[in-house]
Parts: sequence; structure tokens; C-alpha cells
Amino acid sequence: MPDGTTPTVHLGVALNDTGWHPASWREPGARPGELLTAGYWAEQVREAEHGLLDLVTFEDSLGQQSDHPFRPDDRTDQVRGRLDATLIAARVAPLTSHIGLLPTVVVTHTEPFHISKAIATLDYVSAGRAGVRVKVSGRPDEAALFGRRTVERIDRSQPENAQLVELFDEAADHVEVLRRLWDSWEDDAEIRDAATGRFIDRDKLHYIDFEGSHFSVRGPSITPRPPQGQPIVSALAHRPVPFRLVGRSTDLGFVTPHDVGEARTILGRIRAEQADAGRAGETVHVFGDVLVFLDDDASAAAARKDRLDELAGAELLTDALVFTGTPAELADLVLSWRDAGLSGVRLRPAVTAHDLPGITRGLVPELQRRGAFRTGYEADTLRGLLGLPRPANRYATA
Amino acid sequence: MTTRRQIHLAAHFPGVNNTTVWSDPAAGSHIDFRSFAHLARTAERAKFDFLFLAEGLRLREQNGLIYDLDVVGRPDTFTVLAALAAVTDRLGLAGTINSTFNEPYEVARQFASLDHLSAGRAAWNVVTSWDEFTGENFRRGGFLPRDKRYLRAKEFLAATFQLFDSWRGDEVVADQGAGRFLSAPDAGRFAVRSDQFDIAGRFNVPRSPQGRPVIFQAGDSEDGREFAASTADAIFSRHGTLEAGREFYADVKGRLGRYGRAHEDLKILPAATFVLGDTDADAQEKADVIRHQQVSEQTAIKFLEQLWNRDLSDHDPNGPLPAVDPVVGENTISRGRASVRMYRDPLATAREWRELAEGKGLNSRELIIHVTGRQSFIGSAATVAASIDELVQAEASDGFILVPHITPGGLDEFADTVVPLLQERGAFRTEYEGTTLREHLGLRPAGSEARA
Repeated sequence: MPDGTTPTVHLGVALNDTGWHPASWREPGARPGELLTAGYWAEQVREAEHGLLDLVTFEDSLGQQSDHPFRPDDRTDQVRGRLDATLIAARVAPLTSHIGLLPTVVVTHTEPFHISKAIATLDYVSAGRAGVRVKVSGRPDEAALFGRRTVERIDRSQPENAQLVELFDEAADHVEVLRRLWDSWEDDAEIRDAATGRFIDRDKLHYIDFEGSHFSVRGPSITPRPPQGQPIVSALAHRPVPFRLVGRSTDLGFVTPHDVGEARTILGRIRAEQADAGRAGETVHVFGDVLVFLDDDASAAAARKDRLDELAGAELLTDALVFTGTPAELADLVLSWRDAGLSGVRLRPAVTAHDLPGITRGLVPELQRRGAFRTGYEADTLRGLLGLPRPANRYATA
Repeated sequence: MTTRRQIHLAAHFPGVNNTTVWSDPAAGSHIDFRSFAHLARTAERAKFDFLFLAEGLRLREQNGLIYDLDVVGRPDTFTVLAALAAVTDRLGLAGTINSTFNEPYEVARQFASLDHLSAGRAAWNVVTSWDEFTGENFRRGGFLPRDKRYLRAKEFLAATFQLFDSWRGDEVVADQGAGRFLSAPDAGRFAVRSDQFDIAGRFNVPRSPQGRPVIFQAGDSEDGREFAASTADAIFSRHGTLEAGREFYADVKGRLGRYGRAHEDLKILPAATFVLGDTDADAQEKADVIRHQQVSEQTAIKFLEQLWNRDLSDHDPNGPLPAVDPVVGENTISRGRASVRMYRDPLATAREWRELAEGKGLNSRELIIHVTGRQSFIGSAATVAASIDELVQAEASDGFILVPHITPGGLDEFADTVVPLLQERGAFRTEYEGTTLREHLGLRPAGSEARA
């Protein structure tokens, strides 16, 4: 039991196709032929909820999955094709009751007005468990799917590449519009006043009048303020420009340190960005991402990775730390990152069919034994699980 | 074996207009998911073809202020339909999606995803708009010239068809042993170059169970009818009476041949309201109460303003119609409301209303109740079942989209009393025969028709 003196950790799982290893779909139990069915996703999220996890994220991209950074590859030996993440999250929402649901949403080409009401609606259909992971698209091939503007290849050698800065500034604008639209209805705007015949008090609905360099949005939303008031906004960040987005716009950042020292450094940068944005007093959770191969025997986990690498024809290359080992060893790592100041971890199962149960039935009991993880859901909203209060409405005149 | 024409029925989630009565004690939340789930479950229990959600992308305004007398606020269409797929198994899930303030790639992804996640139950009511008022909420703004809205809608739909069809349906082999996931390296490849679109790449959702969502269209104009005849699977019509219905039905069905399509390839489904009672007289009394709930004194004034095109906030709703004439010209009083455009000659309409009010001795509110009356079926369950069946047998429609006036329980009584009578008549299914909406509607698989 958490005893109140040991800080507990937050745990999330990132769901991606059949797992994060490109050969994961070839493993027993992977069910690659069912990726386009609701049943597949419902089962994974229920498993995560069985493990009392805080949240699941759902990967997504506008274009086809590709090993190439700027265009589709023509590979036929990996999973290709996927469903819209927000709709997967909505589809599983009524089948679950406590776990947070964070679909990935590309904010570069999409309409903030549509995204805002979609995530607000996810919050309604999940009764307060919605979040969103915003993602920038710097791919020319994805820009061509919309045909509205061109995107140049980003020169990754320049940390403050002008286009990168612009895309992330636009993402910050997008999040600002999402947040204003969520607040564009006050909580008590619906009055149903028979005497005056009014359904709403229109003084409690607000134009947001956002004007940015890529879009302007008048508002108010067509969707009333969602149950959490503000659903959770998250982003994955590896570099200074995305750290700025996490610090100034989100409630939750996913980062990719490879050791405790890096975890501290990254956390320091995000806290500095937070302070620069005038948000030093607000809670911004930071979770470390780890791609995990979990087995009861560490050598079995390593052997599994080797076997999958061989099937894939190349060693796994990824942004996050790759962990092979036992639940107890992973618990050591998680707690060392917690001690470095991170709020928790987002685990990327190498093979969902194997490593998600490894998390829920191996890591979770181990952390519970150490008093570092919940033994029952203590709240029924995502904000509640993350220890965040329901925020006041920016437009309400108290 | 029966040869009786089969009725198709759908449930319309009560909308943000004055048909929906929010002031009734039985009226529940219009945004809580439980309301949507309740209506969907009722519709599925009654073996309806589908549930339908409308959409509007900007809150309506009148006199420069947000309109506050009707229900305001609704969810995102795709998201709530995906959630409803979790609490139903067979019911079709239909939603309005605008072709002006969306992009084809994204909409195709969302419908293909919804179709997968519902195992073949998705439907799309394609609407188009041009107004800058709504455009103020979008990146594109009020960019679209009015005369291009149908062009964009047609090109939009054609682009999504190309995206849906960019996967044949047999590419995902997922052969774990052989290590072959796709049978075709370029699955999903597409390119669209048209007046409105210049897009290309790889569509990333493999072919869905229905191939394409069922396509609905609502236009009543010459352009709209032709568009529906060429492309739609179902048309939402306003013509629910015997004579007008038969005329519209014959007209639209008569256009199908031109596009190589058969009589059964397009379903005609008028929207309809209903009021049930123990007897016909009882229902008539209830209908009168409901009409007064739908048109409050305040609502009556707002309706007058929409025709008069001027501020009438000081007008007495219980007195005669305004003595002044309507302001002729662009309607500036009301925005975001389609019905305003219907008053083509406000002076003539005002004259007709005055004559009617004087002839029948109606005050302003009573007049509005009279001229905006839209109740379709009023009577005992037996009367309503007979009326619906007769209209379908007479080819005035293929069925109806029923619009309850109470959320979420407004369909319950219909499901419990009228549907069994339609089933007894052999005119409505007692069990779903298929699993997809196309099967419920008796439509051929997508892509099997010759299309112009």
C-alpha cells in the first residue's frame, strides 16, 4: 500500500499497432489480422485498466507508417495501415471505467475547432477520462495529403531550425485554441429557465477570438465544457523546441532520457520553459518513455529482442531507452527516474501481446509491493488520477 | 414469402431547434453520453436501420446574439458515433459531415475508421455550406465562393471515393510465418487533381467492411436531386405527405437510370415527427400541448423576426401580427439558420400570414404555431402504423427518419407500440437479417454499381 511517505509513480502505456518492435506482429498472440477491429483495442485497454494504469496513449499519423523519415516506404514486411486514434479511444471509452485515454492528434494540418470538440466529446463519452497527445507533422508527404501547403524537410542538425520553430509555435497556437474553446462555455451556462424561455444563459458563452499566424477562430465551441473542464494535453519531446511546447502548453510531457542524469537535465529544461511561460506554479507532469521487453528471466528478454531484431533484419533503432529485463529490474529503473524528479513513465511494449501483461501482471505488483503504485483506482477522472484539480474557467467572472 | 414493400426506419437524435422540447419534465441531457446511448439502444431494440446525428459548426445567432431559446450544444459527430458503436451491435450510425470546412483525406480516414470500428455500420450525410459566418471558426475562413459549394461537395465526395477505393480489400495478408504483412507495396496510392483539390499520397486506412460509408444527401433543389441520383445511397427529403411524397419519389427515382442505377439503389427517407396517444383524439390533444411547448411566446417573436427581418422584441406575442412590413433585402437578423433562406418573398408571406391570422382569428403566437407546424404522424399506435405503412406501400417514401421531440426517451413508446404493429403487417423486420447498414437498407456493396 502507498503509505503516504513513499512518493508513488504514475504509469502509462503507449499502444502502437502490435507493439513497438517492427517485427512484433510476427510474435505468437500478436493478432496482426485484427488490428482494424474494435475488439483488439478494447482488449488492450482493458488489460491496461486491469493493471490500474493511469492512462494509455494511442499512436497515430496522417500518412502511412514508414521507415523513411520523409516519404512512404514500400515495405510489405511490417504493419502498414491504421485507424484514427481519436475514434479508437472513443470506441473503447464506454467499455472501460477508470483509465485515461489519450489519442495522438496531428495538429499541423487539422482544424483546432474540430479537434477541440472531438476531445471534449471523448471526455463526455468516457465521463472525464480524455486527454490528447498533440503531434507536429514535418513530413512533406503528409502535407501533400492535404494539399494546402508545403512542408520542407527539416534539417535535424539545426536545433532551432526555423521551420521546426514555426511548426511548434503553430502547435502551441493550436493548443491555445483547444483550451479556449473548452472554456468557451461556462459550467453553468445551461439554465433551462422556463420563465424566460431560455435554454442557456448566453452571457456564459464566450467568443474566443483567437488570431494567430496560421488560423483565427471565433468560437464559441458547439460542444459544452467537457466534464474535466480541461482534458489533459500532452506531447512527446526530445529537443529544446519541443521542450518549450511541453513547458508552455501541456499538462504532461513524454520524454526520452537514457539515464538518470539525462532525466534530470531534461526535467530542468522543461521547468525552465515552464517558468519562462509564467507557468512555474502549475503542475506539468513529465513521464519518461521506455521501450520494454519484460520476462521473468532477464536473459530471456534479451534473447527475445535478439530474435525480433533478426526477424526484422536490423537492430531496433528508436528514440527511447530500450529495456530488456525482469519486472523487478524495471521497477528499479522506474523508481530511480522518480527519484530524479519524473512523475512516472510511459512504457512502450515491444510486443503488446507479451509485454503489456508483463507490465500489468509483473511490474505493477512489484511496484505495489514496494508501496510505489496504487492498489485501486482512487479517482474516476484522468485529472483525478494525475492529482490535478478541475481548473477554473478562464472566462468565468467569479 | 412476402412481396410487401419493406419499411426503413431511422432515429434522429433531437436537434438544436424548436422541434426539441427541453422544458418538458421528461427532457434529459442533450450532451451526456447516456442520452445518446439510450436513444441508440431504443432504436436497436426496435430493429431500426440507423441512428442519425445532425451537425452545425457555429452556434446560431439572432439580433447579433447567440440564440438561446432552443437546445444549444452538441457533441462531435465522429466521436460520439464511435462511442455508440460500443453500446450497439447492428444499428447503423449516420452523421452529418460538412464538405466545406473539412478536408477529404481526413474525412475519409474518419469514416473508414468508423466503419471498421462499427463492423460496417457507418453512414455520411454530406452537406455543404459557403457562409463566412461558419467559416470564422476555421483555418479556411469564409473562403468559398457561393457558386462553388456544390462543385466542392461533388469533388470532395469524388476524392473520398477515390481514397476509399485505393485499397481493394485483399492487401492485408498478415502472414506471420512468411513475414508478409501486405500483398501490395503500393496499397492506398492515390492522386486527386481537380478544381478544389490537389492531393496525393498513400491512404492509410485499409478498405473497411462496407467499402465506403453509406452516402446520404439532403438537397431538394434541382442540383441536389441530380447529385443524389448520381451518387447517394439515400436521400433525406422534406416531402412526407402522400401527394408531395409520391411526386418527389417518382422524380428522384426516375433520374437513377441515367446513371446506370436501379430503383433500389437509392432510398428516399423523409424526416417525420410523431405524437402517440391512447386514441386519436388523445394524441391530437397531446400534439396541441407539444406545439405550445415548441413555440413559446419568446420563440414566436423570434420566428416573426426571421420573416420581418427586424427587431420585434417589443411586440406582443398574444396580439395581432406586426403592423409594419418586413424589411426586404439581405436577412441580417438571423445567422447560422438554414430556414431563413426559405422566405423568398417576405412581403407576400407576411400578407398571407395576415390573411390567415384574420381569417382564423389567430394571435401572433397561434399563427406561428399554425404556419410552422411540422408534426407528421398524430394518432393512436394503430393509426400511426397504418399511415406509415400506407405511405411506403404507395411509394411516397421508402421509410422515415423519426424525430422525437423529447431526449432521450422520446422514441420509447414508438418502439414499444408502433413497431410491433408494423411487424404484424409484414412491413418491417422482426430481426436484423444482415450486419452492415448497407444490408439493412438493401443496398448493393459499394463499388458494384456502374457509376457515371
